[in-house]
Amino acid sequence: METFTYYPGCTLRTKAKDLDAYARASAEALGIKLVEPADWQCCGGAYTTAKDEIATKLSAVRVLNSAKEAGQPLITVCSACHNVIKQTEFDISRDEEMAAKVNNYLGLNEPYVGGTKVYHYLEMLRDVVGFDKLKEKVVNPFTGRKIAAYYGCLLLRPAKALAMDAPENPTIIEDFIRAIGGTPVIYSQRNECCGGYITLEDKAQAQKRSGAVMDSAKDMGAEMVITACPLCLYNLKKNSGSDLPVHYFTELLAEALGLKEASNE
Amino acid sequence: MNKNLKEQVLRSSGVNVLKCMRCGKCSATCPSYDEMEYHPHQFVYMVEKGDIETLMKSESIYKCLTCFACVERCPRGVEPAKVVEAVRLAAVRQQGGNHLEPTDIPALLDEDLPQQAIVTAMRKYAK
Amino acid sequence: MQRIGVFVCHCGTNIAATVDVKAVAEALGHEPGVVISQDYQYMCSESGQELVKNAIKEQKLTGVVICSCSPRMHENTFRKAAASAGLNPYLVEIANIREQCSWIHKDIATATEKAIILGRTAVAKVHLNTPLNSMESPVVKRALVIGGGIAGIQTALDIAEAGFDVDIVEKQPTIGGKMAQIDKTFPTLDCAACILTPKMVEASQNERITIHSFSEVADVKGFVGNFTVKIKKKARFVDETKCTGCGLCTEKCPMKKVPNEFNMGLDNRSAIYIPFAQAVPKVATIDPNYCMMLKTGKCGVCSKVCSAGAIDYKQQDTFIEQQYGAIVVATGFNPINLDKYDEFAYNQCPDVVTSLELERLMNAAGPNGGTLLRPSDKTHPHTIVFVQCVGSRCDDEKGKPYCSKICCMYTAKHAMLIREKYPDTEVYVFYIDVRTPGKNFDEFYRRAVEQYNVHYIKGMVGKVTPKSDGKIDVQASDLLANEQLHINADMVVLAAAIEPDKTARPLATMLTTQMDTNDFFTEAHPKLRPVESATAGIFLSGACQGPKDIPETVAQASAAAAKAIGLLCKNSITCNPCVAHSDELMCNGCSSCEKVCPYGAITYIDKEFRMPDRTTKVRRVASVNPAVCQGCGACTVACPSGAMDLSGFSNSQIMAEVDAICK
Repeated sequence: METFTYYPGCTLRTKAKDLDAYARASAEALGIKLVEPADWQCCGGAYTTAKDEIATKLSAVRVLNSAKEAGQPLITVCSACHNVIKQTEFDISRDEEMAAKVNNYLGLNEPYVGGTKVYHYLEMLRDVVGFDKLKEKVVNPFTGRKIAAYYGCLLLRPAKALAMDAPENPTIIEDFIRAIGGTPVIYSQRNECCGGYITLEDKAQAQKRSGAVMDSAKDMGAEMVITACPLCLYNLKKNSGSDLPVHYFTELLAEALGLKEASNE
Repeated sequence: MNKNLKEQVLRSSGVNVLKCMRCGKCSATCPSYDEMEYHPHQFVYMVEKGDIETLMKSESIYKCLTCFACVERCPRGVEPAKVVEAVRLAAVRQQGGNHLEPTDIPALLDEDLPQQAIVTAMRKYAK
Repeated sequence: MQRIGVFVCHCGTNIAATVDVKAVAEALGHEPGVVISQDYQYMCSESGQELVKNAIKEQKLTGVVICSCSPRMHENTFRKAAASAGLNPYLVEIANIREQCSWIHKDIATATEKAIILGRTAVAKVHLNTPLNSMESPVVKRALVIGGGIAGIQTALDIAEAGFDVDIVEKQPTIGGKMAQIDKTFPTLDCAACILTPKMVEASQNERITIHSFSEVADVKGFVGNFTVKIKKKARFVDETKCTGCGLCTEKCPMKKVPNEFNMGLDNRSAIYIPFAQAVPKVATIDPNYCMMLKTGKCGVCSKVCSAGAIDYKQQDTFIEQQYGAIVVATGFNPINLDKYDEFAYNQCPDVVTSLELERLMNAAGPNGGTLLRPSDKTHPHTIVFVQCVGSRCDDEKGKPYCSKICCMYTAKHAMLIREKYPDTEVYVFYIDVRTPGKNFDEFYRRAVEQYNVHYIKGMVGKVTPKSDGKIDVQASDLLANEQLHINADMVVLAAAIEPDKTARPLATMLTTQMDTNDFFTEAHPKLRPVESATAGIFLSGACQGPKDIPETVAQASAAAAKAIGLLCKNSITCNPCVAHSDELMCNGCSSCEKVCPYGAITYIDKEFRMPDRTTKVRRVASVNPAVCQGCGACTVACPSGAMDLSGFSNSQIMAEVDAICK
């Protein structure tokens, strides 16, 4: 059994409990042990790219450091956490000035200058479990179901830092859909932003963007949309005006593995 | 032209605006284009010219989704979104420059809103 | 006692502005053995050379040091001058105080100090120089052209016309290259096939030209005037000498679902195929990846229907070896893979095509018989969007850093042809710049705008969204109107960047020629030797050297031919005397030198040596073939016993130079 440091992030404790519960139950069934670090903090939800922003990057560095101290790779599920933590890891391992400033703040036992391997849960499924192996464990396949993968903006970009999949031609969620027996629907808005970030600032824009995403998915014949991001889920459900259902990918995973009822309890 | 502001934006963004070849792909791919008074390619060009204050006063700095479409697709690797963010930070870091105050939040909430949206907004619009 | 002359060149202000040339001449005048040290404004000029010649005669010089530009520039000039004054040309040394000194330093004091050190180093070396005499080596009167596109065909025709035998090696089953796939050519709009196919036929009928189609260069040995090339003739499972090209086999072949490369995969061909009607040689080829007989041993239809008995399922790859005096590289280009640019939805939508695919869609021999139809549903497109610069002019991570040069013109051509043939079609072209330097080129582009009403928009496409109704939403910027557009299009055409063929890189290694970071072959001089590689006897033709249109390619192909002919006309050429030699008494027979020699110039021989006690002993020692050695010096470094040495760059000379630098 392989062990990972698991960072759920703030939203998975509250509004996105499903995303978390299904992820944990499925991991266990797939032989992956997830260990939550003590005293983790919210990653901030958005990575501040500015070079002179240090304080906003500290909580992500703390998480990276606790994984390093535990000698484990770090795993995230929420797209936003994933984006923040991977960008932080990318920058701190390349930008000496940033690393120096961060370590001056943190005063860790040993300075953190990068080195923790960060996986998104989907990457863990692909690279550690393997989609072929996952396929063998599926008991309730989504046969004949047309499922649209929604990557959004956070999962793939900037590709240099995220290094998860081809930013314009991603296949990881589509391969996941195939592994659980479904049929992926390719639609061009799958890697465009839903406008979730701006929902507090400009509702109209969030509505317009999420509408465009859902319309594109529906237009290409999708029956449902899956995502890894709580904010996308909220925005696509609440603001898009579309009747197309939106689910977390972990929910489908748990259902395919026959764990959905159990993990709901 | 405000030289100090220009230098601050260039340093903070880490972007070399001179790499821009003015193809306009950033503005072609921007999902917020219609909401913006100044568009991504104009951000890059106006920063090059040093016309930062005009940008700081524009609502455009709050319309960028930081979705990195322009960053990923720029043929020259210019990273316009980082320029927008540096200008926005220059604005919100001013005294009284917060675009969003914690007291504004309760009115904006609904029962399903993930708190991720709140922390993100605070990070983007306030010091 | 050595009598050395030092001559310091100002090179106008190129050197003199950063180096105090008088101080250099003065300082070097005090070096041991130096009897005269002078500076002059342009040492390479007639009067500068006279200065050197007179000094050699009057001062009875035994060695000359010229402090000037790179030896690649003028070493030969000064060697010739010395020879004409009666001094062995290999007693001349160049100290490069321009490229390696004045051009890279700003501070006069530092640059002057460095120039003096470089001069001193050359003086130290020239003390140990020995007169060297060049040998002659015969020239094989036959040329090899690698690549059978328009560049290779033109080069081969010109060389054959001059009376020399020439072989074309083409990796595809037919010659013709990219031009055979093109429909019309700019700026005259004449039909590409109509002007290309006569040349293909001419090449095949010329008795001096041998075409090795479906073949590749497997190995290259030797040197200018005398290359030995191994050519791999890939098994095509058809006997070329028997096949009449009747095409019956291709009709009867039951495996018809093979993507047709010639039509860019837009339709299918059979497993046994002739790429196109005017193919040269017109001979069938079996594709082993699809042929049922070759894969499963069941079928054999083509063999049954072939009245010539040409089918041979047991055919194997064969190799031939041939000597050549000159080699011309004409490996051409390909459009880049567009996976990285899928914001344009190339992989998601069949109606998003590349410009080369559009050529086939518009060609009478193409998948639709010349009627422009959408690949998805075979309907007429009414709105077509062209995107320029896809993958060109990018920073290194995003794509190619160069301008692909031909796209502006062919896009104008496509737009014009479509408007001409289908006036009800709206055509949009998104451009960053329209680049049309060429005879009648800008006039051509203006005709597209003014006469044909093609909508040129200054801006770029940012996102292409295929929709379920078959339409394509094109989101783009219009920078002059300062707006973001959405065009409801039927087709999108991408002007993909072009890149050198993938076979060019391994070929360059075999030929020991240089390439740039983009895998284009590097010319010997960007202005003055544009069709020669830096490796003697290797010439460059067409797009393998950089993006080119057809007129430029043909011009360069003929220029490369002229250079090759110039070489083939000679009965012999002078060899570089700076070659390696082995001291047999020191050689321990370890083979290190033989292993590192890139030219195969070193062999080992068993030789009898007389021992001090008057017995004889047979020892294995290295022997260098001076005609094959190129003087690279790899063997001298590899030799553990110090037996291997290089004339003109001997170990002792190099150590003397190092000592002089460190003094």
